[in-house]
Amino acid sequence: MNSSTPQHIPPSPVLSSATEERVSKGSVTKSPSLLLWILPLAFLATFYFYPLGSILELSFSRAEGGILAGLWSSVSSPTVRNSLGFTFKQAFISTLLTLIVGLPGAYLFGRHTFRGKKILRALTGVPFVMPTLVVAAGFYALLGPTGWANTILIRVFQLNEPPIQFVNTFAAILTAHVFYNTTIVLRLVGDYWSRLDPRLESAARTLGANRWQALKEISLPLITPAIAAAALLVFIFDFTSFGVILILGGPQFSTLEVEIYYQTISLFNLPLAATLSLLQVGFTLILTIAYTRITAGLSQPVNLSSAKTTQGPILSRRGKLIAGTFILVLLVFLISPLAALAGRSFTPLGAGEGTGSIFTPAFYQALAQNPQESLFYVPPTTALGVSFGYGLITVILALVLGLPAAWALAKKNLTALDRILDPVLMLPLGTSAVTLGLGFLVALDTPPLDLRASPLLVPIAHTLVAFPFVVRSLTPALQSIQPNLRQAAAVLGASPWQVFKQIDLPLIGRATLVAATFAFTISLGEFGASSLIVRPEYPTVPIVIYRLLSRPGALNYGQAMALSTILMGATLAGMLLMEHFRVGEVGEF
Amino acid sequence: MKKFSLFILSIIALTTGACAQKPDSEEIRTLTVMTHDSFAISESVVASFEEQNNVQVQFLEVGDTGTAVNKAALSKDNPLADVFYGVDNTFLSRALEEEIFETYQSPLLGDIDSVFQLDEGYRALPVDFGDVCLNYQKAYFEENNLAPPDSLEDLIDPAYQGLLTVENPATSSPGLAFLLTTIGHFGEDGYLDYWLALVKNEVNIVNDWETAYYAEFSQAGGPDPIVVSYGSSPPFEVLFAEEPLDDAPTAAVTSPGSCFRQIEFVGILKGTKNRDLAEKWVDFMLSPEFQEDIPLNMYVFPVNSNAVLEETFQKFMDVPEITADVSPAAIAENREKWINDWTETILR
Repeated sequence: MNSSTPQHIPPSPVLSSATEERVSKGSVTKSPSLLLWILPLAFLATFYFYPLGSILELSFSRAEGGILAGLWSSVSSPTVRNSLGFTFKQAFISTLLTLIVGLPGAYLFGRHTFRGKKILRALTGVPFVMPTLVVAAGFYALLGPTGWANTILIRVFQLNEPPIQFVNTFAAILTAHVFYNTTIVLRLVGDYWSRLDPRLESAARTLGANRWQALKEISLPLITPAIAAAALLVFIFDFTSFGVILILGGPQFSTLEVEIYYQTISLFNLPLAATLSLLQVGFTLILTIAYTRITAGLSQPVNLSSAKTTQGPILSRRGKLIAGTFILVLLVFLISPLAALAGRSFTPLGAGEGTGSIFTPAFYQALAQNPQESLFYVPPTTALGVSFGYGLITVILALVLGLPAAWALAKKNLTALDRILDPVLMLPLGTSAVTLGLGFLVALDTPPLDLRASPLLVPIAHTLVAFPFVVRSLTPALQSIQPNLRQAAAVLGASPWQVFKQIDLPLIGRATLVAATFAFTISLGEFGASSLIVRPEYPTVPIVIYRLLSRPGALNYGQAMALSTILMGATLAGMLLMEHFRVGEVGEF
Repeated sequence: MKKFSLFILSIIALTTGACAQKPDSEEIRTLTVMTHDSFAISESVVASFEEQNNVQVQFLEVGDTGTAVNKAALSKDNPLADVFYGVDNTFLSRALEEEIFETYQSPLLGDIDSVFQLDEGYRALPVDFGDVCLNYQKAYFEENNLAPPDSLEDLIDPAYQGLLTVENPATSSPGLAFLLTTIGHFGEDGYLDYWLALVKNEVNIVNDWETAYYAEFSQAGGPDPIVVSYGSSPPFEVLFAEEPLDDAPTAAVTSPGSCFRQIEFVGILKGTKNRDLAEKWVDFMLSPEFQEDIPLNMYVFPVNSNAVLEETFQKFMDVPEITADVSPAAIAENREKWINDWTETILR
């Protein structure tokens, strides 16, 4: 962000609207839509629609009484209606809370420079990567019946019962969702905000608006596309929540995704599971269409500026106090469950009761040993290597597919094809992993596409999830490029490739980095073992953690905590590296 | 269209490239074994099979037990593997109804007690068993001068109020096993009343074994000294202790009818092109060499009566004589009804 050798492009003079209109009608900016869509469409067709269609067809063929009868009976069942209602309720409240926590942070990251910003940014991304079982263990260590918070309160106030009831409550579900998804708001909105020309706000303030009015009237409307995109992604993530609901919510809560898993795996009631999957996909589609409609009128080219000019230190003492308090709260909230977890990886399970020491490196030492000479044992370094390898393939795939798609969607005049495909991109996010996993099994079973047991299927599945993130991160940035810059370049004789390289790439470099970070972290944290077929000799870190956690014995549990801590450290290091290498990247101007 | 075919071509290139890594010498054949994700075995054991038969064994982990059975069923027309290991007695009927297995009467069945041989058609052959039993932390009961629980009835005694954590039968395999235990013990007419009494006695219900054992059980620092786990958990607390232990810190309740026995089976998948190798592999899994390696890797126990167990197990392991009696057919027929009734009565 600061050590780069910036290539200064002066902010373009604002053209009069008449000129702009005339130029944008020219043929220079029109990208051949169909061409841009070929790659993304081929990928979605092969790895999404074909598998999903196959499993739905097979499922309904097992139904007695036809599709409609099944649809009706499932929609009219109280269990399904309850879980549908709950799915919406928790997703709505979770998204709202995530925005409340994330937006002030996005403002802080977008508008200000302060010490420790890089490391704070990197830290906020770590929760996104952690497997649910591990995060749950962190929350238990912190807020569980015998967690630190309750233990301290019981000692201080001489209580008989733990005062904090956290696990198996609605609050636990909401907390975990905010914990996981705040980083989406911080990154998507914060990045966009940092590009917003602050002179608009300054002008408003000069004209007599107070700080709040300037924010409300000028900045908020301008960043609405980014907020809407973040809110949609967060909502869909919460809407399809599975692990958090199961482990932290407990048996009395059930979402559609949980119901689909239960109907598929436990009861093998494929027709009902397929109906529920279709419902879930349908709602995702409706949501995304609504989102597209709402934001269609909102995006306009804004003068994007360098972070150098938009960001400044916090000057007033009051501002420092508020910012400091907020950062502290954010840190406590996002870091404390992870710190509790790291703490557990160094303390024996019975610490405090016996006379033993409270610090032990034993779990880390055990990770490197294989006393049973187990066939599928891998040292933690190998698992990290496998995870990082899948992560890199996912980044490459997601960018190769996401760039053209975002490009097509960023055009001023969207074609009918663009409008139809825009919401379709989001569908994989809203699709049940269990259903899609079985879809891969039944569809990709004949050469040349016999990928059922191929390790390639892992990054492909990760790409399906990462792809919408990449598109959502890139589209607002691409939309905000002033068309006249491209035109000027073209008029001066630049080829389309040169225009892309010299004009667009520098402007979207930062957004590309955000997109790549999302793709990488999604891949690192994804636990697809239950939906995909795993080659046990190449397990990812989350898979090894789950293997350890499913065995009795304090040593196994401690090793799971130790490996989770290693995953945390590696993620943090990876994110810091990305922050660092922003120098070489072309995003600063 | 050109780009699309190019794309497909590159995928083909990638996959064939991935397959071509294996040495394609004419002698070495590949046997594919599909398993659930808890499968583990020693490297040397598999290596000895591979050497003896000049074969490479490729394992595929396809999810938890239920997922694995479903995947075997959905791919039966174009099977992924030659052998499938890991279906248990709660899913056995589904596997048999879906007709995924070929018949194979292994000569080693003679060494296996007939109580394990649930499929009379020799399609699914027993490999190992594990008992789902109540576990308790010994120290808690010593410190509080309370007798450890000895039966299901004890759990509804007010003396044991608020001490028990169980798993949800809809989402957890030991949870389902415990529900089946209560059905076997109190009958279809009585089990829900028993559960209502458990609720009155403040039973704690969580969704998965990991949460129950590592967050709620007092042995791991949680609040409850009784938990539904496995009969084999106590010896593993010794084997995988942080520091060497002389005695198991936990124990299992093994009184008649208080445990549910899970038996896991192996079978040859219909349509295999390696029937001879598949038979050899099944024989190998039932032989003492493989059987003796099972406990330390998979935390369950061999069915072959010639297999010798390690000392720790003989010392700290209590195998129940009489377990709950619920047949696979009854489970298959009533699974949905039992779980739904339980959910409606206990959770709502």
